[in-house]
Amino acid sequence: MTLTRWQRPIGYDLAPLRRSYGLRDDLSQVLQSFGNVFSFPWEAGAEVQLHGLWPAVDVQEGKDTLTVNAELPGLKKEDINISLHEGVLTLSGERKGSAESQNGGMSRSERWFGHFQRSLTLPCKVDTKNIPATYTDGILTITLTKAEEAKPKQIKVQFK
Amino acid sequence: MTTATKQVEEAAGTQTAPLEVERDYIRPTVNIYENQEGYVLEAELPGVNKDGVSVSLEGNLLTLEGRRNHTAMPESESLYRETRDADFRRVFEVDPTIDGERITARMEQGVLTLTLPKAEAAKPRQITVA
Repeated sequence: MTLTRWQRPIGYDLAPLRRSYGLRDDLSQVLQSFGNVFSFPWEAGAEVQLHGLWPAVDVQEGKDTLTVNAELPGLKKEDINISLHEGVLTLSGERKGSAESQNGGMSRSERWFGHFQRSLTLPCKVDTKNIPATYTDGILTITLTKAEEAKPKQIKVQFK
Repeated sequence: MTTATKQVEEAAGTQTAPLEVERDYIRPTVNIYENQEGYVLEAELPGVNKDGVSVSLEGNLLTLEGRRNHTAMPESESLYRETRDADFRRVFEVDPTIDGERITARMEQGVLTLTLPKAEAAKPRQITVA
């Protein structure tokens, strides 16, 4: 997967598509619109959940940093792995079910458990030595510092 | 529905709600478990902390709301985006045998866990034949 500059989608004027912002939602929206075309009554208003791209991530660029945020609700810090290899940042881990989920008696199941892995190709070189990460309120935040050669530089031109 | 008591179910109100509501909120993903004591509801609210959650029970309607703890990053631009900034909201119609006074809530890493105990009178009871 490559990074492309994020743009708010244009032309999403059809009512069922109106809520769509993210790439992850797009597929489910397509499925939903099929649902509307064929009008499956049991699907009316229901949200189609796709877990193909999990977790959802955001990448923000600052002057000297790249910040990657991933929505990973309900994990333990020790179950999250982050690796960086040749410019590819990989998030992986496992989300384990709660005690309740082990005991059966399920009456509604929408959450997803198990192993996950996502890789992102970073848009520029980063410092691999110091990569601080935090995990708060179910959001993983990784702060990458751009490598010296990737930072914007003022070049002095000498005129003769 | 498998049991004689009515299970926790999504209120019809959420589906017929005006489009505005649909647009402004994310419907959190939930798991609901039932045991002899009552129900356990887990809702995913990434980016919401303890202070941002509100749970209310009005009659049979249980409303969950979660406000994200926004941390705007100064001087940065979004390169790639999959998440949405909207807050969370979802309404459930709950089993009338739930004891509203004893509902407890816990928030841990973006997952809200609600314990909804059944009223004592509604619990299954073993009757010994004399």
